[in-house]
Amino acid sequence: MRAAASTSTPAAPAPGAASVAPAADAPVALAVTGLSIRFGGLTAVQDMTFEVREGEVLSLIGPNGAGKTSAFNAITGYLQASSGEIVYRGVSLRGLKPNQIAAHGVVRTFQKTSVFGGLTVLDNVLVGLHRRARQHPLAIMLGLPSIRRDEVRLREAAWEVLRLIGLEARAGETAVSLPYGELRLLEVAVALAAEPTLLLLDEPAAGMNPAETGAFMALLGRIRARGVTVLLVEHDMKMVMGVSDRIVCLNQGRIIADGPPAAIQRDPQVIRAYLGERYVRAQG
Amino acid sequence: MNRAASLAFVVLLVSLPLWMDNLYFLHVLIVAGIFIVAAMSLNLLLGFTGQLSLGHVAFFGIGAYASSLCSLGFEIHVWGDTTVSLAPKPVWLSMLIAIVVAGLCGYMIGKISFKVRGAYFVIVSVSFAEVTRLVALNWIELTQGPMALNNIPVLKLWAPGIGSIDIIGKVPNYYLVLAVAIFTYVIIRRLVYSQAGRAMIALRENEPLATSVGIDVTRFLVLATVVSAALAGLAGAVYAHYVRIVDPDVFLFIYTVTMVIMVVTGGKGTLAGPIVGGLIFGILPEVLRGFQVIPEVQWVVYGVLMILIVYFLPEGIVPAVRAAWRRRLDRPGAPPTRPAVAAEAKP
Amino acid sequence: MDQLLQHALNAMILGGTYALLGIGLTLIFGIMRVVNFTHGELYAFGAYMMYMWVMLIGANFVLSIVLAVALGVVLGAAIEIVLLRRLRGADIDTTMLVMIGAWIAIQNTEQLVWSGVAKSINSPFPSAPLVVGAISVSWTRLFVFAVAVLLIAATYALIQWTRLGKAMRATFQDREAAALMGVRIDTVHTATFALGSGLAAAAGALLGPVFVVYPTIGDLASLKAFAIVILGGLGSIPGATIGGFILAFMEELGAGYISSGYRDAMGFLLIILILLVKPTGLFARKERIG
Repeated sequence: MRAAASTSTPAAPAPGAASVAPAADAPVALAVTGLSIRFGGLTAVQDMTFEVREGEVLSLIGPNGAGKTSAFNAITGYLQASSGEIVYRGVSLRGLKPNQIAAHGVVRTFQKTSVFGGLTVLDNVLVGLHRRARQHPLAIMLGLPSIRRDEVRLREAAWEVLRLIGLEARAGETAVSLPYGELRLLEVAVALAAEPTLLLLDEPAAGMNPAETGAFMALLGRIRARGVTVLLVEHDMKMVMGVSDRIVCLNQGRIIADGPPAAIQRDPQVIRAYLGERYVRAQG
Repeated sequence: MNRAASLAFVVLLVSLPLWMDNLYFLHVLIVAGIFIVAAMSLNLLLGFTGQLSLGHVAFFGIGAYASSLCSLGFEIHVWGDTTVSLAPKPVWLSMLIAIVVAGLCGYMIGKISFKVRGAYFVIVSVSFAEVTRLVALNWIELTQGPMALNNIPVLKLWAPGIGSIDIIGKVPNYYLVLAVAIFTYVIIRRLVYSQAGRAMIALRENEPLATSVGIDVTRFLVLATVVSAALAGLAGAVYAHYVRIVDPDVFLFIYTVTMVIMVVTGGKGTLAGPIVGGLIFGILPEVLRGFQVIPEVQWVVYGVLMILIVYFLPEGIVPAVRAAWRRRLDRPGAPPTRPAVAAEAKP
Repeated sequence: MDQLLQHALNAMILGGTYALLGIGLTLIFGIMRVVNFTHGELYAFGAYMMYMWVMLIGANFVLSIVLAVALGVVLGAAIEIVLLRRLRGADIDTTMLVMIGAWIAIQNTEQLVWSGVAKSINSPFPSAPLVVGAISVSWTRLFVFAVAVLLIAATYALIQWTRLGKAMRATFQDREAAALMGVRIDTVHTATFALGSGLAAAAGALLGPVFVVYPTIGDLASLKAFAIVILGGLGSIPGATIGGFILAFMEELGAGYISSGYRDAMGFLLIILILLVKPTGLFARKERIG
């Protein structure tokens, strides 16, 4: 029933997605400047510079091995950048640990499906709510009533996230028993529970069927309507063109184009390097 | 059903000395109970955070020595003519000190060894236990070395209306151990069902994902180690004032192995697991002894059992029973109750 | 000064056998990802086999060493085939639990067979030590050192120049790729565990006549091997070789200048120090953490 409601509008631009593009002069949220990442002799990312403005959906596209995931890992602290600066809302993220970066409101999902497999869907989201919990270990062990109140509050918040994502009917099920599409939704639910102001999604639609992708685009619309800035890495061009305010195109670790979807579609360099056959096929 | 069964279990345990007059069996239960407390504390690390600590007996031994030394008092030469001495303290205070000392040791070990994990952590924990044993053996001025600490005083408690009670002999110690076990169970249960417990389980299930939502790995692993060490120290202190003699053998590696076997057999990462495993492996030696089995054979049996359990019952008894129970309730087509492996993430 | 030289010499001689022990363990960890808790039991097994051949059967001393090592290799292969083969792909904690079970079972079987009384093994070498200036060393120890160095060299040669050695190195680098290239992983694992066990048995057979043999000697041997391997970096053979010598030096100097009671604590202090300063060991390959 829930699935039917959201898949009834497949592939259509999600309400509030591209239609409410933020003003071009919105303040810069994330500024990546001269970012380079090298593994031994191999350069994964070279001199990457781009900005994400508050409230926008920015997509990073490019062929496999273009350095998108490496850039994600560097921004979220899973990889050390070789050089360059990463600044979010005036705070440098370089050298911080992933959990410290999450504390600044920058939360990611992973390319390979990644949930807490043995826990229920509800518990997965509860873990995601970690930053909102107010539970001192001593208070926990003393069994103070404040802990019970906090648990009630967290559970309410978890149900709210599940409703937003559309997984409330699955709350009691073990994560590994979910079908693939819902598993990917659960990943986003866990990330959203962490109250991101900047959400980084690493190929969320990979492996989804068109109906699931459509539902996901609608979800992205609901997420941005809550004021969350989104940085997206995605291969599904229909989705990228449908949800993005701006697109940055990478090739071999370098930025080759940066602009709104319409301009990117026309950019000869992008077409040559990447879009060409793939986009044509998607349109066909 | 679960709640009723636990209540019945507690009533059975509380009433046991009223109808059981075999003092030797009570002794067996007391020792088993002390090991169950230690195993429950180990389970917090091994079962819930997924860190295999093979030095757990160190915290048990540190608790035993700290409590004994505080209640006996000591004087040691530190440097030249400088001496440090402690007058004998009441036993309840000594036990509290033991808990704090063991917890502090847990803090230090956690801080040092969680920089690295997996195989390194296991080896560090083994080494730590061995160092504590060698210190207990060689720092004769403090510990009497192999001569052991003797005549350890017993715990005195005050109860309104009854007055002062000495916890000496089987029945009072039985109730003390039972109370300590319930206390330990409650503490661990509260932790597990809180955000702290969820954070620990999340680290076990998928560490990269856990850190991505803001969970500080070191903080929660160290918290688990401190609580685990403090509770193991409490078990050691209770042990010391029950047997009233402590020698460096309390640090023997075989005791860690016993705790690990109890946790793994019962079901790591379940609250009831260490209790079930602890009762089995607490009473099994007595059964084997009844068959005139010598200790070496008993240990061989333990070793083989441990291998068989890993092969045939990797989740342990409690999850297996629970799964069987659930299958009876809702067949056909019951979903798998526990995943064999957690979904993995590598950024 | 003479005393220091004497300690250094003792350490060199002990270090050879420690290196053997460490190389065996680090090979098994590096190639199989198994933390081998039976390693010390293989050491004890080697020592007891030496006792059996020399003292009970009266075999030739050198031949006894060869036989003890050969039996260690067989026992190691048996452990791998019976216990570890079916755990291929299981996580490291699972194999660790199985190895702990095996350790307890083997050690107590040894105790049943040989009783808890310590045994000593006679050596055929003259009991008068070799004296050079103020330094003296027993002929047995010199012989032990020579054999240890020979075995270390043989192990290096085996790994560098034989087909099996190449297969082992390939598996060490990348198991999947090696399997795709036609390396028989099962064979490599069995051979690795047998070789590592043989080296541990050799260390036991060599040190048995120097010290005494009792059922729990394996525990300290295991723990020392762990210390050596952590020191050198898990999986690094040169690291284990040098680590063996470093541990021996620290023990000798610790026993000589601090207190002999803490001789065996040196290894663990070393582990803790290493982890504080350079957690991956002195010669580590990159170990993925987490």
